[in-house]
Amino acid sequence: MNSAQNQAQEQPTLPRRKFVNLLLGGGLLTTIGSIFVPIINFIIPPKIQEAVQNSVVAAKVGELPLNSGKIFRFGVKPGILIHTQNDEYVAFSAICTHLDCTVQYRSDFKHIWCACHNGHFDLTGKNIAGPPPRPLESYKVDIRNEDIVVTREG
Amino acid sequence: MKKIGYILSFILIGCGATAFAQEPARAEKVNSCVSCHLEMGDELAVPVEGMKEDVHAQQGLSCADCHGGDPTAGLDGDMEAAKNPAKGFVGKPERTAIPQFCARCHSDPNYMRRFNPRAATDQLSAYKTSVHGQLLQKGDTKVAVCTDCHGVHGIRNAKDARSSVYPLNIPATCGRCHADAEYMKDYSIPTDQIEQYQTSVHGKALLEKGDQAAPACNDCHGNHGATPPGAPTIAFICGQCHLNNSELFFASPHRAAFDEMGLPECETCHGNHGIQHPTDSMLGAGPESICTDCHEEGSPGWLTAAAMREQIENLKSQIFVADSLVAKAERAGMEVSEAKFQLHDADDALIKSRTMVHSLSEERITEVTSEGMKLAESALTAGRAALAELQFRRKGLAISIIFILILAAGLYLKIKEVDQKHPIRSAQRGE
Amino acid sequence: MRTSLSPEKDKTAQRSGRGLAAWLRERYDLSALEYFIKKKEVPLHRHSIWYYFGGITLFFFMIQVATGILLLLYYRPTAEAAFESVQFIMTEVRFGWLIRSIHSWSANLMIAAAFVHLFSVFFLKAYRKPRELTWVSGVFLLFLSLGFGFSGYLLPWNELAFFATKVGTEIVAVVPLIGGFLLKFLRGGEDVTGATLTRFFGFHVAVLPMISTVLLLFHLWAVQKQGMSVPLKLEKDGAPYKTMPFFPNFLLRDLLGWILALGALAAIAALFPWELGVKADPFAPAPAGIKPEWYFVFMFQTLKFIPAKVLGLDGEMLGVLAFGLIGALLVLVPFLDRKGQIGESSKILGVLGIVSLVYIIIMTIVSYVVPQTF
Repeated sequence: MNSAQNQAQEQPTLPRRKFVNLLLGGGLLTTIGSIFVPIINFIIPPKIQEAVQNSVVAAKVGELPLNSGKIFRFGVKPGILIHTQNDEYVAFSAICTHLDCTVQYRSDFKHIWCACHNGHFDLTGKNIAGPPPRPLESYKVDIRNEDIVVTREG
Repeated sequence: MKKIGYILSFILIGCGATAFAQEPARAEKVNSCVSCHLEMGDELAVPVEGMKEDVHAQQGLSCADCHGGDPTAGLDGDMEAAKNPAKGFVGKPERTAIPQFCARCHSDPNYMRRFNPRAATDQLSAYKTSVHGQLLQKGDTKVAVCTDCHGVHGIRNAKDARSSVYPLNIPATCGRCHADAEYMKDYSIPTDQIEQYQTSVHGKALLEKGDQAAPACNDCHGNHGATPPGAPTIAFICGQCHLNNSELFFASPHRAAFDEMGLPECETCHGNHGIQHPTDSMLGAGPESICTDCHEEGSPGWLTAAAMREQIENLKSQIFVADSLVAKAERAGMEVSEAKFQLHDADDALIKSRTMVHSLSEERITEVTSEGMKLAESALTAGRAALAELQFRRKGLAISIIFILILAAGLYLKIKEVDQKHPIRSAQRGE
Repeated sequence: MRTSLSPEKDKTAQRSGRGLAAWLRERYDLSALEYFIKKKEVPLHRHSIWYYFGGITLFFFMIQVATGILLLLYYRPTAEAAFESVQFIMTEVRFGWLIRSIHSWSANLMIAAAFVHLFSVFFLKAYRKPRELTWVSGVFLLFLSLGFGFSGYLLPWNELAFFATKVGTEIVAVVPLIGGFLLKFLRGGEDVTGATLTRFFGFHVAVLPMISTVLLLFHLWAVQKQGMSVPLKLEKDGAPYKTMPFFPNFLLRDLLGWILALGALAAIAALFPWELGVKADPFAPAPAGIKPEWYFVFMFQTLKFIPAKVLGLDGEMLGVLAFGLIGALLVLVPFLDRKGQIGESSKILGVLGIVSLVYIIIMTIVSYVVPQTF
């Protein structure tokens, strides 16, 4: 009687125990996975390394011929890097102070020009003609190995 | 000392006042005009007081350089000697003679060059062509002469912010006469220009923001040659600053049509003194449209206007949709800098398309708007992708919650099992 | 290796079986621990459910430590970069949004669980002899948690946090004699500035964790040492009650509680991602709807209801002092409850507890219903 009862108890218990262990093991593994996958990903450095992006690689040395300019992305805003005829690099915010259009370098004018309303800025960023009311914000340019690094100051 | 004497002698020669070749140093020091006029006080002293900050006095000129006479004489009280016409004394010039009076020096390039190599010397000839000058020649003394705008004793350089002809002060200076309905009643021209100007986009920029890139009265009308611009030349005048717009206008079919009809180019649509910031509703076939003032419904011009407006509105709404979607994604903590960058360029295209309206060509405006549409669409796609990513995150979390629940279920069953193995005991703590 | 062991030790080793436990037993004397684990029993009664809340509070605390350390990798405690760095964590760092959201939500859930734990211990009178110091350390741990919450709230440097901190720190100024000093000490100057932020950061990641760790270790040690308290009534009855082995029965239940708490946390973090807000501008006027964290609002609401002058004294000062006194009394509850010490139930304390609980709930609700003007 007693042994029969034991038998009856153990018969369904074995697969049940297996099921419980499977559930427990699977649940544990997947839960640990879903905890550690985010953590490991979090630790891996993101594409942009710094929170406050004060500098950016605007171009490579040699990328820009003399008397030419290039628009680069500085955060969510455009910047303009110019290789002047005197073999100097200057950089400014490329946002026109008139209505926020993106300015460009005109190699024929040898200065910065905004196509929207014909605003002109000289190579110090100063507004010299047209509607822009203020100079362009100017950036610092450094050459680090092969990179031309533009830094926002202040 | 020697230097001052040198300059003064030049001045004296330049003024054609060689008749009294005094020792310059003495002329500088001893000036009977000043001493007597100060002594007499009241209105007779006013010119002396005023001259303290006068640009002429600062350049070393004195009373006699304009008014003639002999300031070295009369120190003993002999007024007649000082004001001797033989010594070139002219006293106070007649109103009608004032332009010529100032022009003795100001129209002489040789003379003016000494003080400022770039000094203009065309003021008198320009004045003669002005409405003011022409009326003066006809004997109308109510019109402005040099001193009405520049002042008399106490004239300041136009670059001096305290000057009555400093850009920020010009509207008030012109308004002294032109806004005075009583004074202007004989001239049958409106007197509300200053009032209108103050409400205009230019007036607000100049007077409220102090933005000197904005035009004052003289920037459109000229100063010494002040005159209303003629109808067919307005676009040249506005084009001084609004170059793109005027160029597009000149190449547009409107130019010939306006000139033929004698319409004042830019002014036809934008107005003059009270010019406001233009809005998109000025274009197209809507109730606020200016196009419909001339173009009848269904005519080709009307159709073009409606089509141009549609292009702009389409771009605007596309940018709006993309912008709000991207903003939503950003608030949710998604990375949308590329999309925001593209939206900035799309805004650029919108601004360009508004300029392109002046070409009055549907084709050209479409060129610009379609570029903007492409950018806005790409930003929209990026925004959608970011939001999809957000949904994906939620799905990811939902999956991990399922894992957690599986674990919880496993634990629960294990607890049941364990409870059987290690049964709950009945115990009593005899405390 | 075995050959070198003495026969007796060899026997022990054989008894201990295989695996990690055996490996450890071979090296360390774990018999005391094993005995402890085997013997530990958890009383079973209709209030047993409250035993879990201490563990859940601990679990949330551990999550705070883990996520807090992760956030430290990218956070910058300066007025110029704090907001940007949190934004950066949320947008640029992979799963940064999740870690940040978890940290914020877990903080709130931890304080909620701590409050539940406090009140359950209070009403079950589990602080009676010999557990007085467990209670005292627990109350201090709650105060520290509030300090964590208050200092952590400012760190993202957004508008709401900035002004809530401004209002919150202003209150200490009314404390007699040392108020001015306290204000300057908290703010790192006369006003809430970047200096306050750096200071709060220091409190949040160094000072408070250090003190908390010490107190927490003591608290946990005492709980394990003395075992679970049995409710007064059950103890007095003298009637038999059921118990459950701590290991594995109760421990597994505890784990189940933790797992469910983790699931709830993940669900909340996914459904209601913690917002970033707008960057604080110290010179902007305070925006509408400035509110401290929910666990402080009952105190703020009370201070607002106190008249400006009470018996010629500053009302706000009296309120602050009253809360200080209540805090001190809370710490001393085990020593004040004379009846509890001799194993009897104190009606007055029970009523006081219920009154405070109802008061806190009502004031909190009022502050969310009545329009706020700080």
